[in-house]
Amino acid sequence: MSTDAAVGPAGREVRQTHRVVIRFAGDSGDGMQLTGDRFTSEAAAFGNDLATLPNFPAEIRAPAGTLPGVSSFQLHFADYDILTPGDRPDVLVAMNPAALKANLEDLPHGGILIVNTDEFTKRNLAKVGYESNPLEDDSLEPYTTHQVAMATLTRGALEPTGMSKKDAERAKNMFALGLLSWMYHRGTEGTEQFLREKFAKKPDLAEANILAFRAGWNYGETTESFAVTYEVAPARLAEGTYRQITGNLALAYGVVAAGQQAKLPVFLGTYPITPASDVLHELSKHKGMGVTTFQAEDEIAGIGAALGASFGGALGVTSTSGPGVALKSETIGLAVALELPLLILDVQRGGPSTGLPTKTEQADLLQAMYGRNGEAPVPIIAPQSPADCFDAALDAVRMALTYRTPVFLLSDGAIANGSEPWRIPDVETLPDLSVPFATEANAPDGSGEFWPYLRDADTLARPWAIPGTAGLEHRIGGLEKADGRGTISYDPDNHDRMVRLRQAKIDGIEVPDLTVDDPTGDAEVLVIGWGSSFGPIGAACRRVRAAGMSVAQAHLRHLNPLPRNVGDVLRSYRRVIVPEMNLGQLAMLLRAKFLVDAHSYTKVAGLPFQAEELAGVLTDAVKGDLPA
Amino acid sequence: MTAVELGQPSFGGGLDLVPTTDEPQKAKDYTSDQEVRWCPGCGDYAVLASVRSFLPELGLKRENIVFVSGIGCSSRFPYYLDTYGMHSIHGRAPTIATGLAVTRPDLSVWVVTGDGDALSIGGNHLIHALRRNMNITILLFNNRIYGLTKGQYSPTSETGKVTKSTPMGSIDAPFNPVSLALGAEATFVGRALDSDRKGLTEVLRQAAAHRGASLVEIFQDCPIFNDGSFDVLRKGDDVAERLIKLVDGEPITFGNDNEYGVVRSASGGLEVAEVADVGQDAVVVHRAGEEDPTQSFALSRLSDQDLTHTVTGIFRKVDRPTYDDGARAQVTAATEQAQQRGDDLQALLSGKDTWAVLPEPENEQ
Repeated sequence: MSTDAAVGPAGREVRQTHRVVIRFAGDSGDGMQLTGDRFTSEAAAFGNDLATLPNFPAEIRAPAGTLPGVSSFQLHFADYDILTPGDRPDVLVAMNPAALKANLEDLPHGGILIVNTDEFTKRNLAKVGYESNPLEDDSLEPYTTHQVAMATLTRGALEPTGMSKKDAERAKNMFALGLLSWMYHRGTEGTEQFLREKFAKKPDLAEANILAFRAGWNYGETTESFAVTYEVAPARLAEGTYRQITGNLALAYGVVAAGQQAKLPVFLGTYPITPASDVLHELSKHKGMGVTTFQAEDEIAGIGAALGASFGGALGVTSTSGPGVALKSETIGLAVALELPLLILDVQRGGPSTGLPTKTEQADLLQAMYGRNGEAPVPIIAPQSPADCFDAALDAVRMALTYRTPVFLLSDGAIANGSEPWRIPDVETLPDLSVPFATEANAPDGSGEFWPYLRDADTLARPWAIPGTAGLEHRIGGLEKADGRGTISYDPDNHDRMVRLRQAKIDGIEVPDLTVDDPTGDAEVLVIGWGSSFGPIGAACRRVRAAGMSVAQAHLRHLNPLPRNVGDVLRSYRRVIVPEMNLGQLAMLLRAKFLVDAHSYTKVAGLPFQAEELAGVLTDAVKGDLPA
Repeated sequence: MTAVELGQPSFGGGLDLVPTTDEPQKAKDYTSDQEVRWCPGCGDYAVLASVRSFLPELGLKRENIVFVSGIGCSSRFPYYLDTYGMHSIHGRAPTIATGLAVTRPDLSVWVVTGDGDALSIGGNHLIHALRRNMNITILLFNNRIYGLTKGQYSPTSETGKVTKSTPMGSIDAPFNPVSLALGAEATFVGRALDSDRKGLTEVLRQAAAHRGASLVEIFQDCPIFNDGSFDVLRKGDDVAERLIKLVDGEPITFGNDNEYGVVRSASGGLEVAEVADVGQDAVVVHRAGEEDPTQSFALSRLSDQDLTHTVTGIFRKVDRPTYDDGARAQVTAATEQAQQRGDDLQALLSGKDTWAVLPEPENEQ
């Protein structure tokens, strides 16, 4: 925290600070995600820039008080534009020994630690292997520790409600939120209003949570233990109206908007899978915007139905994660052969197999690129932040419709659940995505026949002739088709031609040139990434530049086809670093395609890169020391 | 949460929303320019001929008919019909038909599949399409063998069958497709023999008219890998004693002189008896429209794979709301509500909690 101190009206010190990272950590049942979400909303409403990182286990309720059951929510908010949820917290709220143990090593010395002491019983300490109580030994000495009996205080505050002790204690997360809200000068009305709406059908519960929230606030205000409070001024973002948005929500809105802009009904065929299910949940709310959602019997049926809908002239969409992509692969190949529009949303998670369902990774790139039998090229687009998912969805749909092809959109767990401010677009400025259906016979020989595989000279797209169109009855399928006429063909030369035509169509998709951010213009090191690592890479570049060194940053949104100038960009730097949350998949593509000595820096820990670690890698690279 | 009530479902016909034409049609109009490439003697020829001559009877606009198939010999079917068609991938035709049926109520959607395609690799999709009661008609060509992969046993092959992949005889227990469909909550289940054009056409006629998922099992001969598998139902002196043709509302009797009848068995199922022994009143009456599928199920179990007593005709035909009608009703209701509220894309994107960032004051140093 970089801070300017002042003295507040109560004689207590108020420090102005530019940025703060808070991490709420507790048991899966402690409501940490809700607490974090709520603080985020307050920060957003206040006008801070922000970025969040929810981190929770795949188990819905692991045994209480255990390390596998720890759930956390990290929030970074600032008075300037920030790029990541922050490497390490400035403030750690630990609701139990397990949360303390799992998170303490991330808290820098001197950091603020707020501990709910009520859970530090002998039994709970033993559960996570604490031999002595850290609240009583000297292990917390390096931190500014506040020991607060949150459960007891909450219980006391709720006594007038007559609620059972056990029920009352469940509101302790709101106590924590109240305390933090006080510490950071956040309003109370928003949260109280939120609680009233959330528990509209159970007003008793709403009141109990509000009481707990106020008790936390008042605790900060009245006890002497908190000598300092902090203010983070609103951020000076670009002019506009903003809202807070997660990647999955932005993705769903992008799909709704794409349907409207294409003037097509949207059909989502899908199967629930973490961390993509929220896309289904959200889209299922928007039937009134022409969206049909179909929860199929499995991943294969989900994409099959979406492809059937596309054949019928709807915008077919399927949403999934890596394991689902594996199951859908054969249908994606069929869509390549049929040359029909189809949007495949892959919210990546840790793999292989079931892997780390709730953690992030970007290791599906090569699966999206090559994970099909035969030569089956598919365009790939990767959003770089939660809000960017909206634009990426529109871009993906543009490609799918214009070029009649399945398109991959690779999001990941970090941006799917993470949130940031989003400048709400004026729908008048959104692109028109509509494409015409075929209506007339097209045979070049004037026979009056319809040739379903006669291509557009510019895009190489075939006509989209939907059932119900008289005179264009035709049959398509997975068997190789004769160029133009579209009938089954086993002719060797025809197959060679069709394989190359399908590839040329994808290679020819128009994508904007890659731009390079090189403020000093004299950088010798280029760092190039893709997808959700944009934030950490950007934050690392800022640090390196702030230290007086030069580094150029480029970020790939289009992975297939790559922008035309990628080779030139790569070749104009002495050293190229490619950080990825996989074992070097993009680096391999770049090396293979452009014969450049791109150096991988990789990590697959289920968490985003930290700006600090990447800054170290880049600093080394500037000095000529490349990652092994 | 409670479901949104959309009013009483109306049970129409399967083709109610499909546009019709007054132009007279012939089988030839449904014949594509593709050369049919099944083996000589394949039962698929007979089914194709029946379907081509039956479709004109529906009087639908040809462009509003779609045949979707999976993989296998029978799945080449769409290529030979001059309608819209898709030859998709193994076992997945019901999924593609599902997306099409939900988004396009103006189409008559047919699935053509085989015993391997529908019951092995695609078994999951078949049961769910039936359970959901999608408004599609599924023609399941059952030749009890894998033809296109050259002669392995299928999920309907008899136990003990010697094939290329089972030289010591198959140890698999077969599916009974009609039993399976009834168990999967199918609202229409029929069965016909490929060579019985009249019987097949009648089942097709009622299947097409049914609103909801219709499963039609067609016994079909593979002359190359399972030749003569249904011959006992075609020729010989005892055909009449083997083949039981269901007529809705009629007592179930068969034999050259209707001397046999289907009666209730002591175990609670059905069995065959001589009418002379049990009396006409003991013979059960077929009721395809009975909500309770018990009797239809028992009929499907009358005979083992040996075809001793093989039931054909329509086992079950009941009304139940279809998935696709329900899905569209929800979209329609939600769209009307959205219009009344004046919801639009801008309102959706904006949401409720927003904040404004104003332009920075100029010349502020």
